[in-house]
Amino acid sequence: MFGIKSDWSLEVKDRYFTLDDYCGVEPRWCTGCGDLGILTAMHKVCREAQLLPEKIVSVSGIGCSSRLPHYMGTYGFHGLHGRALPVACGIKSRRPDLDVWVATGDGDCFSIGAAHWVHALRYNMDITIIVFDNGIYGLTKKQTSPTTPEEYLTNTHPGGSLLPPLNPLTVTLGVTNVSFVAQMVDWNPPLLYETLKAAHDHKGTSFVRIIQRCPVYMEQRSLDLQNDPADLLLLKHDDGIPVPDTVQKMFKNQLEHNPYDLGAAFTVAANTEKIPLGLLYRNPNARRYDEMTRRGLNMTDEERLKGLNEALDKFAV
Amino acid sequence: MLNQTDLTTPQPASLSYEFVPGGEAEPLDEHIVEIVSDSGEGAQKCGQLFGAISAQMGNGVWTVEIIPAEIQPPARTPEGASGIRVRVGSRLMTNMGNEADLVIAFNEQVLLSRIAAGAYKEGTIVLLDDMWASDPLEEIREAYASALEYIKSRGLILHEVSIQQECLKVIPDPLKGKNMFVLGMLCHIYNRDPQKGLAEIGKIFRRKKESVIRSNQELFAVGYDYARENVDYHFDIAGKAATDKPMVVMNGNQAIGLGVMASGMELVSMYPITPATSASHFLADDFNLTGGFVHQAEDEIAAIGFAIGASYAGKTACTITSGPGIALKTEMIGLAVMAEIPLVIIDVQRGGPSTGLPTKVEQGDLLASLYGAPGDSPKVILAPATISECFHFVTLARRLAESFRTPVLVLTDANLATGMQPFERPECDAEWFAPPIDQSDWDESVAAFDWHDETGLSARPIPGMRGGEYVLTGLAHNRRSKIAYDMVSNQMGCDMRSRKLAALAQTLISPEIHGDQEGDLLVIGWGSTLGTIEEAVDNLRATGKRVSSLHLRFISPLEPGLHDICTRFKKVMTIEMNYSDDPAASLISKETRRYAQLAQVLRAHTLLDIDCWSVVQGQPLQPGNVTAIIKERIDAIAGAK
Repeated sequence: MFGIKSDWSLEVKDRYFTLDDYCGVEPRWCTGCGDLGILTAMHKVCREAQLLPEKIVSVSGIGCSSRLPHYMGTYGFHGLHGRALPVACGIKSRRPDLDVWVATGDGDCFSIGAAHWVHALRYNMDITIIVFDNGIYGLTKKQTSPTTPEEYLTNTHPGGSLLPPLNPLTVTLGVTNVSFVAQMVDWNPPLLYETLKAAHDHKGTSFVRIIQRCPVYMEQRSLDLQNDPADLLLLKHDDGIPVPDTVQKMFKNQLEHNPYDLGAAFTVAANTEKIPLGLLYRNPNARRYDEMTRRGLNMTDEERLKGLNEALDKFAV
Repeated sequence: MLNQTDLTTPQPASLSYEFVPGGEAEPLDEHIVEIVSDSGEGAQKCGQLFGAISAQMGNGVWTVEIIPAEIQPPARTPEGASGIRVRVGSRLMTNMGNEADLVIAFNEQVLLSRIAAGAYKEGTIVLLDDMWASDPLEEIREAYASALEYIKSRGLILHEVSIQQECLKVIPDPLKGKNMFVLGMLCHIYNRDPQKGLAEIGKIFRRKKESVIRSNQELFAVGYDYARENVDYHFDIAGKAATDKPMVVMNGNQAIGLGVMASGMELVSMYPITPATSASHFLADDFNLTGGFVHQAEDEIAAIGFAIGASYAGKTACTITSGPGIALKTEMIGLAVMAEIPLVIIDVQRGGPSTGLPTKVEQGDLLASLYGAPGDSPKVILAPATISECFHFVTLARRLAESFRTPVLVLTDANLATGMQPFERPECDAEWFAPPIDQSDWDESVAAFDWHDETGLSARPIPGMRGGEYVLTGLAHNRRSKIAYDMVSNQMGCDMRSRKLAALAQTLISPEIHGDQEGDLLVIGWGSTLGTIEEAVDNLRATGKRVSSLHLRFISPLEPGLHDICTRFKKVMTIEMNYSDDPAASLISKETRRYAQLAQVLRAHTLLDIDCWSVVQGQPLQPGNVTAIIKERIDAIAGAK
């Protein structure tokens, strides 16, 4: 098949992939679930970039969001609750050729897997982390999550959630060596696509928090935001998430925000009155651990044998 | 004599000294030497070098470290005793032996703690630093004087030696360097070639400044001369006839590290935990020689998760830990079993439960390894018994992991971890390395878990293989790795994973019996107790007792033929370093008695009344104790006739 590139040259490819090539089994998320839109955007990013399906690994933990690998036609790893990130980093450590995506949720990433969240950000390996944040535990049926709004009624806090929700953005921005932090809502497909594309293009760990609809256990939070986008703040910058003209006018509140300015990113992230959408922070120069872990990857057996003998000879008597 | 050339001019790292040879030496078959000090005084380094020098002279050597749990425990306290035991003999040494024959002590308090631990006997020679006799503090002088009386009253042969004072003539702060003086003393006392001592010092300090090497070599030479002039003991332990085969000497954790390199694995993912970490320290230094990388993860769970990620992606990886780490990794081990991910897990066992005895030995993780995961979680468990096996079993583990698509646990312990023993240098072969990962196209008609009905074995698609795309899951799944909660699929998956162990068992041979093929008593052991048990069995066989032993290397699956072997003996017992109820203890009856861990497994496996003896004292077993235990049992059998 073929594709026409922007300079009008014709690129003939042996293989051309359609959206179908990135689809796995039919999703079993609830009707109206925001996860479906995220999955569609991911498929589109893969198709637009013509990524080789056999080189993609989508890794997840446990929860509604973590079913995502099954809905991708690529390699996938549906592991343990909270533990997607160590597995994803391990995959990348000695296989730099693989394109690693992580699908995780607010419980998976910010609660049971919180240690790995912090450290994966610091490792800054070239992986794309998408957090499906619906503010509630879905798969286990409506327990309080770290991002559940205060006083919201859940099955574990029937009198209302006791504490103010965790702010994942300020925590993320506080991690040394963090290199890409964005936030988006699931119900704006053009912006969601641009966000995931920018995240995937970034060299290093891209962290994207997606505020996601749960029509079953947390309907009101997203309905309010959908009906009145006054609480949303669109971040704009030449090096930010490109904003298609068609969606510009949907946002009353817009802010020119320099994504290289960590201090400004904190200010935007800490403002819980206005939910920022777009790229908060980007640091293309952060150290990348995957460039260190791949050390010695291309050694030949002869070189290895020589090295082994050298190591052993240090113990010779 | 020390060759006092001008030390200010640059010289090659190894200085030359002319040593006056010692006089007539008393020949010995073997001796057990201890060096005990406060923590941080380098007794262990001294003992390791003494062991290495002896190994070079053709002797059998076994070392055991005496390690306090703290880095800097209070000085001059019995709890802070730090040191090393070196057993040197004319034949192969496989264990720590019984009481020590000679001890060099840096202060009297650490010596008292070793006396309390039963490490010495009447007639043990004690060389004690006399610096405390002239200490400015009266209470120290008094403590020293009263200890001297006590030591003599115990029948130990005490000699005061001037370690500190003599070292002060060479260096201003003997805290760093006394150990090399003592090494020099030992080399004279045991008629070791002092040139080998100088060479070893040059080797271990090769990364330090030349002045450091030189001052340590000088301390060594001064110590050698001091012993020649002031210590009457002069022994010789003949080495074996020189063999053509090159030897190496290392401890079990270094052997594990080298084994990882030899296996072709490229990643060790770990979290610091005693007594496992030194394996990773070694790899952090040398793994680059074979292109490998040590990942220090944020916690034990992340450490195994990272290794699982690499393994899933085709680069079988290794995680090295100890008991509490195994506990944390349990859920991940279950995932690796369920999703059939090859993985090598090394557990350097320490005393438990909980944090237990961090620096001390136990074989307490056998049942946790076997059964620690929810549901049925069959996996391969290996138990190396010698330092050499620590090296070779890693490659075996990697191969089994890949061939049988399963995690493989390798159980070593703190005794193997720090014990040093010379063994034949392995002839390394590139065949040991993992083959390059397969990135050819996958036949799409073959499922991700294309289980062979009889063996449970299946080929594995590796990410990057076109057409092999599948989603690995820890949920119950069918052959195509699709989530399947139906009645048939979970039963099938469990069948197939269990079948792999049966398939592996088919390839194993029956364990060798040490001693006669039948008799009154068979002793079964596993892991680091091999040398002790065999020495005890040999002692008793020499007195006509009909006792044999066997040592298991495969714990899961068990080696075949065990039932038949056991029935050839009147009684069978295990000897282990984990907990079991003493049958004579209060409330303990046939119904309430809890058996040692391997005994439990073997009783279930053979349906035979297999007895056990085990202790959890944090110490390696001694052949003298084990001889007494076995003799008691075998005499009871004879009495019952």
